[in-house]
Amino acid sequence: MRIGIVCPYSWDVPGGVQFHIRDLAEYFIRLGHEVSVLAPADDDTPLPPYVVSAGRAVPVPYNGSVARLNFGFLSAARVRRWLHEGAFDVIHIHEPTSPSLGLLTCWAAEGPIVATFHTSNPRSRAMIAAYAILQAALEKISARIAVSEYARRTLVEHLGGDAVVIPNGVDVDFFAGAEPNPEWQGDTIGFIGRIDEPRKGLPVLMKALPKILAARPRTRLLVAGRGDEKEAVESLPRELHARVEFLGMISDEDKARFLRSVDLYVAPNTGGESFGIILVEAMSAGAPVLASDLDAFAQVLDRGAAGELFPNEDADALAEAAVRLLEDPERRAKLREHGSAHVRRFDWSTVGADILSVYETVTAGAAAVAADDRTTGLRARFGLARD
Amino acid sequence: MPPVTATLIWILVALVVIGLYLSWTAGRLDRLHARIDAARAALDAQLLRRASVAQELATSGVLDPAASIVLYEAAHAARQAVEEQREVAESELSQALRAVFAEAQQVDAVREAPGGEEAALELAEAVRRVPMARRFHNDAVRAARALRRHRKVRWFRLAGHAPFPMAFEMDDEPPAALTGRAA
Repeated sequence: MRIGIVCPYSWDVPGGVQFHIRDLAEYFIRLGHEVSVLAPADDDTPLPPYVVSAGRAVPVPYNGSVARLNFGFLSAARVRRWLHEGAFDVIHIHEPTSPSLGLLTCWAAEGPIVATFHTSNPRSRAMIAAYAILQAALEKISARIAVSEYARRTLVEHLGGDAVVIPNGVDVDFFAGAEPNPEWQGDTIGFIGRIDEPRKGLPVLMKALPKILAARPRTRLLVAGRGDEKEAVESLPRELHARVEFLGMISDEDKARFLRSVDLYVAPNTGGESFGIILVEAMSAGAPVLASDLDAFAQVLDRGAAGELFPNEDADALAEAAVRLLEDPERRAKLREHGSAHVRRFDWSTVGADILSVYETVTAGAAAVAADDRTTGLRARFGLARD
Repeated sequence: MPPVTATLIWILVALVVIGLYLSWTAGRLDRLHARIDAARAALDAQLLRRASVAQELATSGVLDPAASIVLYEAAHAARQAVEEQREVAESELSQALRAVFAEAQQVDAVREAPGGEEAALELAEAVRRVPMARRFHNDAVRAARALRRHRKVRWFRLAGHAPFPMAFEMDDEPPAALTGRAA
């Protein structure tokens, strides 16, 4: 099958959607499909052979922050050429509502289009104003995929219609087979995420830490991620600073080893998560998980069966649960066991097969993808008017 | 230029613009109808596939006689149903499949039989794809209905003689033992 995938965000910048697309493309290539990914990228960044650059993304203020987007005449022409040269059986657009390549492709293409909705953003003002325009482009999508039941619910509320739920994929065996690092073992709590991004919840964990250390003084907190380390420990009493170790940014291999090693993985995120891939990675590596009870997390953790949940932003509850888990090896072993069985559904072998099923379902009754000439040239429109 | 001519030109321009807009909307509607047709064809194909695999399993002798009869009956009815009965018949097939494959042991028994591994895989795939195809179909139906309810479409009869699209409603919950995952 010839598959075209559209990535809305810059390939140079690491991010969840980009990793998802990379893994998905490589999974399909291993199965013998032909895959081409259209993504914004600087002209001088080295790209894998299956990625086609759509040009540099332009930073513009959008939705309260500066987003790097692709739009305008040149980008539209590149999209059109990619569609024309690719002659795809199906195209898979990620994040079609962001005003970037996804939307442009929706506009320019005709034929079986699959779209994945990753984020569950609250409806933006621009989206309400542009609803009619958006709807005309989104109408072309033959199959919608939401990454979680939560993302599906927001999608249904904001745009109407329906979607199938297919979670993000994880290479479970990569994490399950990693070698633990003895340095990171022995009464350790792990945290991965941007230090200076409050949404990731490190401040909540820092607030809970004194209580955890009071009950179990030998505990160490290991933090992996970018950000200002001094600022992060500021709220902590001076004598406890030594119990926190910062590892900085870590590689994929080290991340797997990190998750294999820690006794407890804590995800204190306070909001804005639509899936929670890190929890799946932690469970794959066999780390017992303690997470805030966000909708998306609760779903990934099987309503608390595959990992423990604590009330969001409640540092006392976090401390209490962490101490209880650290003191109960049997419970942790049980969580490990349940987690390892539970994550199989997130493995690429399952997720990839499901996505392929979607492709096959939409291509079953339809012709291949083509550039949609009907809605572009004025002449074509007059031709249609005469019909 | 006499003012009458200018007014006439403006009226003409307005008419052309309205005409273009309407033709664009008609194009949108046309595309939506084509999407519904494709989605419906895909749904039919998946439903037929599911019924065939179920019927094959029922006649293969892998299942006990009671389960075989229940499954055969439901699969046969689903394949033969006339259009008005289709939703009910397919829902009953879903129920029969859930009843027969309620336990994981039953699925294991099928897998152990010669050629059973493939049959179990085909059935698992079919029961997974039916809800997908149905969701895509109903999503297309919803989009078309939203547009067709619009004033401009009703007043100018842009939909022509195409029948008002109907959603396909059925019970498509797959047997839990077969899919091994939460829906």
